[in-house]
Amino acid sequence: MEIFKKTNYDFIGNMWPFIILSLLLTVAGLVSLWLNGGPKYGIDFIGGAFMDVNFINRPPAEAIRSALRQKISGEIEAQEVSGTQEVLIQTSARDDKALQIARGDMIATLNANFNKNANDQKLDLNQAPQATLADRLRDPLARAGAGLSEDQLQALSKAITGFRDTSPRSGLVSSLDQLSAVPGVTPKILDVIKQECQAGNFAIRSVEIVGPKIGADLRQQAINVVLIALAAMLVYIAFRFEWIYGVAAVIAVFHDTIITIGLFSLFHKQIDLTVIAALLTLVGYSMNDTIVTFDRIRENLKLGVRGTFTDIVNLSVNQTLSRTILTSGLTFLTAVSLFIWGGQVLSGFSFALVIGIMIGTYSSIFVACPILIFWRNLAEGRAAQGRSSVGDKGIKAAKPVKTAK
Amino acid sequence: MKTNLRYKFFFILGVILVCIYGIIGLPKSKDELIANWHERIHLGLDLSGGTYLVIQVQQQDAFNQEASSDADRLKEAARKANIPVNEINVEAATSIQDAKNAAIVVKGVPSAQAGNFRSLVNEQLGEWVLTSVNPTDYRLTLKPTNALALWKNTLELSKNTIDKKINALGLTEATVQQRREDADSELLVQMPGTDDPTRVKQIIQTAGVLELYEVKGGPFNSREEALAQQGGVLPLGSKLIGQPITNGSTPSKGGGVYLVARTPVVRGQDIMDAKPESGQMPGTWNTGFVLSQEAARRFGEFTGSHIGTPLAIVLDGKVLEAPSIKNQINDQGVIEGQNSQQDAKDLSLNLKAGSLPARVTYEQESTVGPSLGADSIRQGFVAGIAGVLAVVVVMLVYYKKSGINATLALVLNAIILIACLSYFDAVLTLPGIAGIILTIGMAVDSNVLIFERIREELRAGKAVIPAVDSGFRKAFLTIIDTHITTVVSCAILFLFGSGPVKGFAVTLVIGLIANLFTAVFVSRFIFDWELSRPKPVETLSI
Repeated sequence: MEIFKKTNYDFIGNMWPFIILSLLLTVAGLVSLWLNGGPKYGIDFIGGAFMDVNFINRPPAEAIRSALRQKISGEIEAQEVSGTQEVLIQTSARDDKALQIARGDMIATLNANFNKNANDQKLDLNQAPQATLADRLRDPLARAGAGLSEDQLQALSKAITGFRDTSPRSGLVSSLDQLSAVPGVTPKILDVIKQECQAGNFAIRSVEIVGPKIGADLRQQAINVVLIALAAMLVYIAFRFEWIYGVAAVIAVFHDTIITIGLFSLFHKQIDLTVIAALLTLVGYSMNDTIVTFDRIRENLKLGVRGTFTDIVNLSVNQTLSRTILTSGLTFLTAVSLFIWGGQVLSGFSFALVIGIMIGTYSSIFVACPILIFWRNLAEGRAAQGRSSVGDKGIKAAKPVKTAK
Repeated sequence: MKTNLRYKFFFILGVILVCIYGIIGLPKSKDELIANWHERIHLGLDLSGGTYLVIQVQQQDAFNQEASSDADRLKEAARKANIPVNEINVEAATSIQDAKNAAIVVKGVPSAQAGNFRSLVNEQLGEWVLTSVNPTDYRLTLKPTNALALWKNTLELSKNTIDKKINALGLTEATVQQRREDADSELLVQMPGTDDPTRVKQIIQTAGVLELYEVKGGPFNSREEALAQQGGVLPLGSKLIGQPITNGSTPSKGGGVYLVARTPVVRGQDIMDAKPESGQMPGTWNTGFVLSQEAARRFGEFTGSHIGTPLAIVLDGKVLEAPSIKNQINDQGVIEGQNSQQDAKDLSLNLKAGSLPARVTYEQESTVGPSLGADSIRQGFVAGIAGVLAVVVVMLVYYKKSGINATLALVLNAIILIACLSYFDAVLTLPGIAGIILTIGMAVDSNVLIFERIREELRAGKAVIPAVDSGFRKAFLTIIDTHITTVVSCAILFLFGSGPVKGFAVTLVIGLIANLFTAVFVSRFIFDWELSRPKPVETLSI
């Protein structure tokens, strides 16, 4: 099967609408960033507390927000994760002291407001670590005449928490009767569990608390590392091709990154460390794509293909088009499957990839290549000027024009 | 040609076997296979569930402590040498950045004694640099080498103490390490499988320094009262300890200020072992401790000769009680009146681990519950399989039989990548998975590049064998350039990045190197093998 057999589209001749589109997207992204006062950083970059809570009966996000506001300083966000019973809670409290107790405060507030049927005397199975559960059951089991050895007890506790934590329960047992499915839980043991424990309304899936100092540190480091990596790529490409190729490739990658970050801002999505990993990935893809095209241009120039530089660039883009579409299409498929099935933790990551792959493919053709052509035209213009004024400015004309070889 | 191919075949087979061994070992049963897999593939905390803490060691505490004890020494030495000094104070550092500036400030040394004072400092406080502020006043700061040594020592000691405390909690898989080479006051504590760090944090922060002092007076209601009792000046070799009595606290419940001997009879490091014990009344708990041999000898002598003298039991600067010595005690003691078994256990743990040389603060706390980790793995797995399946189907449809070739290369790439992670003891994290996805993308790309080139050559009218040959040759240059560019950027990410970014770089570099092997060498081998059949090949399924 072949889709693109010897294509001959005039990409470069029709590049202007695309360049304008690129500029528009870039400007839209920048304006959105400017209006929102910079990217919306996740707490790993600015400091704060984050909690992922899974409910049996999810209260409205607004109720959670107002309950927490009574107790915790700083801006509080609560966001429902669609398709699940999860709520993501985030506070921007930057004060070191407030952060130290944020976890306890948040859980206590949630318990007081959204776990109302709870009985203080019983252990909340949905919030209990394995060891706590074992400690709680040890004596009552013995009293009930179902005493277990320490190893058996730990194994039982592990089986119960393991059962609770696997899909489809995902950390939440809605009724203790469900536990009868756990190997080792006899009716007698289940009775003891029912007497000692209860199934609370929510479970804490993850907690992240970042001090403001380390947040600023991580942010600075991420930016530095990406910039140094880009510089290193520029140097390598300049060494293998010509320096303008390196510059063009880096500008194209920059263009992709700015548009992606801009779109994140437009969609009110957060930039956190996983998104940085995604940005690095798409820098890799975009760079790869650009180099493949440049490589063809270099080869065609070496072979002495007839035509102007613009013709050669256009030919090269056409020659590599089949490969470009296929590769991008396939990686796009991978990214989309990650976006659909990858779950909440990966959602920011896969969102960045889905956008990034499209923009990265497009930028190789409509950003990187035009820069080469502009530069070549500029250099040729200058060279022509130099030749015409040999008499007056001999020194300038004597300078070898590298790009004209 | 034939023998050459045979060598290549055995080489590739060897690589595959080594990799499979690296991933699953030599299992004899299904259970063993799963066990080996879990043992060899280490999942990061974001996938397996667990907690990590970033702890900042407040270095200035150690520097202030050093300055204050050396200031005391200097006072004593100046008194002995008959050099009159108005005051010797400590200028405490207030932040970590400022720690090395902790100084001893000396005021009012008669200029006639300047020479003597200088030589006294050189003799007694060799680690300090003396600078004169004016003819009578001086400032001492730690020499850079000594300051560096103290800094490193504080970090190391903090690390070891925290390690001991966490291990004593039963978290044997937990690790403590310096967070980053250039972050030299930060420690990273990783605790797989822990989903509530509250207790760990509490235990790390609680000091647990036990000291036993000979009581020379008291208890008093306040420091002022104690001073007034002594005529405004404390007797030589003594100090005040404890907290003023406020409403509600009585001397018997741990309040009160005592006048005690300056040096304790027993200090924190003298304790060899400690454990919780149930008290005489049911439901009460004590913490028993055992002294080291040397301390036991010292303590035995002291108690033998001080029967009737009260002994202050001081925990973290607070006087717990001050019972009179009834008879000679050698190596054992009990701290009574813990609230619960848990408290008694925590105290014994802290007594054993000793105290931190400086306070610590928590900079970051990250917990991934086991259910989220399990879901992430499952979802990542489903998404990965779906993505790879889609890629394979498209390759097979688009490149027909040659698609099989690409699929084999892709699978082999994945096997090599996982095997390398296992051999290098690398940890697979979420960003690592991102690296793997990029690797898959670039592996597919390499195959597509090669196949498209071969098609081009075939279209140009070349025969099958030369077309394959020049297809590989031409695509190779491109593949090298794309791969090296990415490896260069990964090297930067690895050198300057931390945590997640590093994990990304490692998997990607391994994947790219594996890809050069699979897409260029293995894929070429499969083509050559196919084409080396005695019957000449006229068409290629591509």
